[in-house]
Amino acid sequence: MSLEIEGVRFAYDNGGFVLSVPHLKLLPGESVALVGPSGSGKTTLLNLVAGILSPEQGTISLDGQVITGLGVRQHRRHRLCRMGMIFQSFELLEYLDLRDNVLLQARLAPGVRITPQLEQQAQDIVAELGLLDKWRRPVTELSQGERQRVAVSRALLLDPPLVLADEPTGNLDPDNKRAVLDQLIALCAGGNRILLTVTHDHSLLPAFDRVVDMSELLVQEVARDG
Amino acid sequence: MGDLFYLGARYISHHRVKLLVLTFAITLVSWLPVAIQIIVDQTAEQLLKRAEDTPLVIGAPGSPLELSLGSLYFRAKTPARLEYSELKKVEATGYARAIPLYYRFRAQDYPIVGTSPDYFSYRGLQLANGRPAALLGEAVIGNKVAEAMSLGVGDHIISSPESVFDLAGVYPLKMPVVGVLAPSLSPDDEAVFVDVKTTWVIQGLGHGHQDLNKREAIGQVIKREGDNLVANASVRQFNTITSDNLDSFHFHGESAGFPISAIIPVAPDDKSAALLLGHFQEEREDVQIVRSQRVISQLLDTVFTVRDYIVVGIAVVAIATATVALLVFYLSLRLRSGERFTLARIGASRLQVQVLMATEVICVLLISAVLATVLIFLTRQYGISMMQQLLLT
Repeated sequence: MSLEIEGVRFAYDNGGFVLSVPHLKLLPGESVALVGPSGSGKTTLLNLVAGILSPEQGTISLDGQVITGLGVRQHRRHRLCRMGMIFQSFELLEYLDLRDNVLLQARLAPGVRITPQLEQQAQDIVAELGLLDKWRRPVTELSQGERQRVAVSRALLLDPPLVLADEPTGNLDPDNKRAVLDQLIALCAGGNRILLTVTHDHSLLPAFDRVVDMSELLVQEVARDG
Repeated sequence: MGDLFYLGARYISHHRVKLLVLTFAITLVSWLPVAIQIIVDQTAEQLLKRAEDTPLVIGAPGSPLELSLGSLYFRAKTPARLEYSELKKVEATGYARAIPLYYRFRAQDYPIVGTSPDYFSYRGLQLANGRPAALLGEAVIGNKVAEAMSLGVGDHIISSPESVFDLAGVYPLKMPVVGVLAPSLSPDDEAVFVDVKTTWVIQGLGHGHQDLNKREAIGQVIKREGDNLVANASVRQFNTITSDNLDSFHFHGESAGFPISAIIPVAPDDKSAALLLGHFQEEREDVQIVRSQRVISQLLDTVFTVRDYIVVGIAVVAIATATVALLVFYLSLRLRSGERFTLARIGASRLQVQVLMATEVICVLLISAVLATVLIFLTRQYGISMMQQLLLT
């Protein structure tokens, strides 16, 4: 299952910014970092892929299916069922405990029921991230690194082929940054998922399969450092 | 939808203190005006019914309202005194039978009403247990008195002293309960009925003591003057009237001059009632006759006015509460803007987000509505009796 961006052009209404992506293809199991200075369009590209924004031109297709032409409702459905979203500030709901935060996307996704099997899958992911002993703990009692792991679990629960992460390590300390990113990349690679990550932290780039510099729209191959 | 309500429930559970306070406030301002309306209406209905059943009341000059409240509901702290001889005078007019009422004394919280057997047939009171009072000192109690004091036939009820510091005052009289009235949903349920002579015994106008003519009382007699004996303070007075000591009870003085609180004249028809009213209004200045329905209606007019003021006051409070509740909901929604943004980004539909946000408001309003409805139902069922209990205690 691949993600393909072809001839995409996007401009905000105020006309001050134009994003142009001639061609970008991401392969299954591949982890890609989007880097570039502020305002270079990293997050905009992520939002275009997520269907939150619509391009003026070009197509974005996932596994051969063009998703740029979908309506708002279909886009939402697509995001819920086929994408995992991870944010810099975790975006957990503070009134829910760890379990309910992990199951949140599943509760909102159409046609998905919270079955014991699904709950077991959630526990398996949480266990892989080392948080199973905090299964019913309020998220307000978790550390920053733990919260981001909860967000990772939420994003991966429905086994999406595409995971979009916007500065997932931006709020973490150096130790947690590397650990969380490594776990995220490993889980995505293990599930043959595409991971598209926006990051400012160049020290983390070696962990990715590829780095895309938005300022030049150059696709660089970077070897994993292990 | 079930999952959304689950998430909503988690939110409510997490913010339960805030929502409890809101729910309480909204419930209260929804329920209070209706409750006041219900209680005032039911009270008015009861008061008017009693007044309609007792069109005329005769008493000593003074406040017609106090006379009506006293003779209809036995609620008078210090009823004005009327002589028992007035009873004969009413009957002498030929327009009505006369039922005496003497409601000065109490047994704990409940009035002791001295009256005649006619009172029971006049009010249509039925006995649930026992028999009517036949002897001096016997009591028939209302069903609420029986319930509240856990009394039944064969038990005793004791009159309360008017003042524990007044050694020369009214002493407690222990009275056997011979009958318990069936519920009548009237003030009679909360009264202790005795013969009017028994109330005179409570007052000390009549008493019983050991026989001073017997040999063992010789040492207690100070002097003899004809039929009169003067004894010292060691003579044993009876505080219970039994079949053994009944004969020793006697009254000092003429009963015609003994006190009662009011007289209920029972006219056979409207014409007789009108004639009786005219007779007392034109020829008697030392007693008053009142049309209780008119007096109670005047009282209710005042009560309704007060009720309206209270309801308006509560309405203002309700508007203020609603405004505060709106502000709280608005601030809550603003605080949850990040949550809405997150939900939208991970793919929640607008409807899902709206339902989740609305759960808080819906839940508070729904619970408040249910609670207010239950409270209104309970008020309708038990409000007036609870109010009466509160007033009694």
